[in-house]
Amino acid sequence: MSIYKSVTSKPWELQGLLGELTPQPTFAMPSAKLALILFMTVVTVLFSLFTVTYYLRMSLGDWVPVASPPLLWLNTAFLVISSILFQRAQFMLKKSPDANIKVLFSVGGVFALMFVIGQLVVWQQLNDRGLYVASNPANTFFYLLTGLHVLHLLGGLWVWGKTSLLLLSREPDSKTALSIELCTLYWHFLLLIWIVMFAILANT
Amino acid sequence: MAYVPYADQVHELHDPHTFLTKYVWSQDHKVIAIQYGGIAIFVGLIALGLSLIMRLQLGFPDSFNLIDPAFYYQAVTMHGMIMVIYLLTALFLGGFGNYLIPLMLGARDMVFPYLNMLSVWVYLLSVLILLSSFFVTGGPTGAGWTLYPPQAITAGTPGSEWGILLMLISLGVFIVAFTMGGLNYVTTVFQARTRGMTLMRMPLSIWGILTATILGLFAFPALLVSAIMMTFDLTLGTSFFMPAMMAAGEQLDYNGGSPILFQHLFWFFGHPEVYIVALPAFGLVSDVLSAHARKNIFGYRMMVWAIIAIGGLSFVVWAHHMYVSGMNPYFGFFFATTTLIIAVPTAIKVYNWVLTLWEGNLRLNTPMLFAIGFIFTFIHGGLTGLFLGNVVIDLPLSDTYFVVAHFHMVMGVSPVLVLFAALYHWYPKITGRMFNEQMGKVHFWCTFLGTYAIYLPMHYLGFLGVPRRYYAMGSTDFIPASAQDLNASITIAAIFVATAQILFFVNIFWSLRNGAKAGGNPWGATTLEWQTPDTPPKHGNWGAELPSVHRWAYDYSVPGEAQDFTPQNVPASLVRSVEDEPHDEQVIK
Repeated sequence: MSIYKSVTSKPWELQGLLGELTPQPTFAMPSAKLALILFMTVVTVLFSLFTVTYYLRMSLGDWVPVASPPLLWLNTAFLVISSILFQRAQFMLKKSPDANIKVLFSVGGVFALMFVIGQLVVWQQLNDRGLYVASNPANTFFYLLTGLHVLHLLGGLWVWGKTSLLLLSREPDSKTALSIELCTLYWHFLLLIWIVMFAILANT
Repeated sequence: MAYVPYADQVHELHDPHTFLTKYVWSQDHKVIAIQYGGIAIFVGLIALGLSLIMRLQLGFPDSFNLIDPAFYYQAVTMHGMIMVIYLLTALFLGGFGNYLIPLMLGARDMVFPYLNMLSVWVYLLSVLILLSSFFVTGGPTGAGWTLYPPQAITAGTPGSEWGILLMLISLGVFIVAFTMGGLNYVTTVFQARTRGMTLMRMPLSIWGILTATILGLFAFPALLVSAIMMTFDLTLGTSFFMPAMMAAGEQLDYNGGSPILFQHLFWFFGHPEVYIVALPAFGLVSDVLSAHARKNIFGYRMMVWAIIAIGGLSFVVWAHHMYVSGMNPYFGFFFATTTLIIAVPTAIKVYNWVLTLWEGNLRLNTPMLFAIGFIFTFIHGGLTGLFLGNVVIDLPLSDTYFVVAHFHMVMGVSPVLVLFAALYHWYPKITGRMFNEQMGKVHFWCTFLGTYAIYLPMHYLGFLGVPRRYYAMGSTDFIPASAQDLNASITIAAIFVATAQILFFVNIFWSLRNGAKAGGNPWGATTLEWQTPDTPPKHGNWGAELPSVHRWAYDYSVPGEAQDFTPQNVPASLVRSVEDEPHDEQVIK
């Protein structure tokens, strides 16, 4: 039953086991996937609010734009490669459950780690140029948005670490396959968030 | 991999064996609910004590040397924050959400029990961080529960040394705990319902809790954003919210920030927060009213849609808290309009509650009295909300006791009455014992009449122009001396109501051992939690097999049926009609 149909039904008129003996979850997907989608929605709200405050604060007059360090392009490339490798691993696993994806999946995470290290180097570069956290709101936002994004990525890397250890110790079962699918989804999501943040930081 | 619905999957239930895994590090939703409830009520009592400190000062100024202005403002701040977030949000969603979602939906537990356990422990951590601010240099923050900058983090405000930082950290930690719990509640409601439990067969409690949780998931990020940014301003000297300003004759290092930006963020969270508290209360009270009126809830579908509509609208009304902030008058017009529109679905709910009572077979026991009391206080607080929603009326009243009276009626007293209704209503299921009915009734009348004695006169003080937030009135020409007498009487009423709560605690602890055995379904209720094989329900809730749901949650007094209630898990073939019944006398009995 679609959600619309369901909320317009008249429950006092219908009796009996609707849907026979099968329970009817609202969304035909594993619970963990639904929870992750919800979580990504919450994170989207968080970053949207930061974006709104970013533009509001920018309009207040004392804003000195930060020239984005070129290294950000390389970092972005790392994150794109990481996402592609994850996607590739997931494809292969879907095609045949015996596919050897250990290397693909592990290297994918390593690229994400390189992104994190790259972002820290960018911070160091800004600091060396005298662009400190508190010296201008544009700087503050730069550190804040990149830092927050990295924090979310670190959360993902923790799951990636656990899944990688599982993968190395035994053959992938349905549980690891789900972990890999969710990691991939989350990686694409964080890539998208990063691209939007990068676009905002680079253009203002 | 073929997809298997959650409720059909085989789940290993790790039966806890040791004391620690059973009662402390428990992953059982019922134990977690009680942990959430216990912590929330504990901090709630601290907040109640703080309100008495405020009242002593207001009722009898200059009589208590202990209460200096700084301490007064700290009491105001901590009272507000604890009551709204650490008590009401946590008790409704962490407490009742945890207890009722799996039981009402026919699930064995939450979908992510481990995450659920983490949630309650992280919540405890946030409470401990908050309470630790009582013991640091300068004490807790006294910035008011809205924590408006620049005042909140500027020297001179009580708690600007450590209190405000601990408050911000505690809020951040609370939001993490809430998010873990919230993802769990929503996923469980959508995915883990037992067979036959369609969305529109869910009791209204679940609809309220579900919608409030979704509101929380979307609204708390705004608080997190403002807390993070204020922490930056405080610790790193950035200028998100801090304008260029002088303090104590010195130019501070801040420049160009916007305090109004903070207000927008805060109230973008703050208004949905009102409904995060109110919607579960709406849901719970609907079920209590229906069960004790022996009548189906009036207008079930409208009730569901009203909950959803109120939830949606609550995100577009936030600036009605900021009419006096000097914002563009067109904004005021927009937000006044949306605010008044919320009255429509809210009024639908109130009419439906009253119509549920209409010609019902009312049983005026303790939970029912509290539920009916809620209808009174909620109408009362709701109507003053219509006053304040209009810009021209809000401007003169905004900083007076009228606002204090309004929000305490609508989101203080009303949800608390529902909490009591719900605690009494589900007490027999949670503990397996009945509470003492007489004591419960005395508790109700003291609380209900007592809160009116507190808040009704406050409206009048507001009309006189008595300003809120003031430590002492000083010599004010336009306020007659009799206002002070009123303040003293309010304080006496407040002490009376606070003392009366002892009855509640004596009752629930005394009844744990001495209450009559409740049996599985003492109220004759239809929803699934009353149909468990054991009371209190054991780990896994349902024994060998999950229940099947054959009807909606409100089959009370169905014409022609022998019993005045038919539980949700009873199939049509097992329902006895009046004609089938051989011994009519027994039925009447």
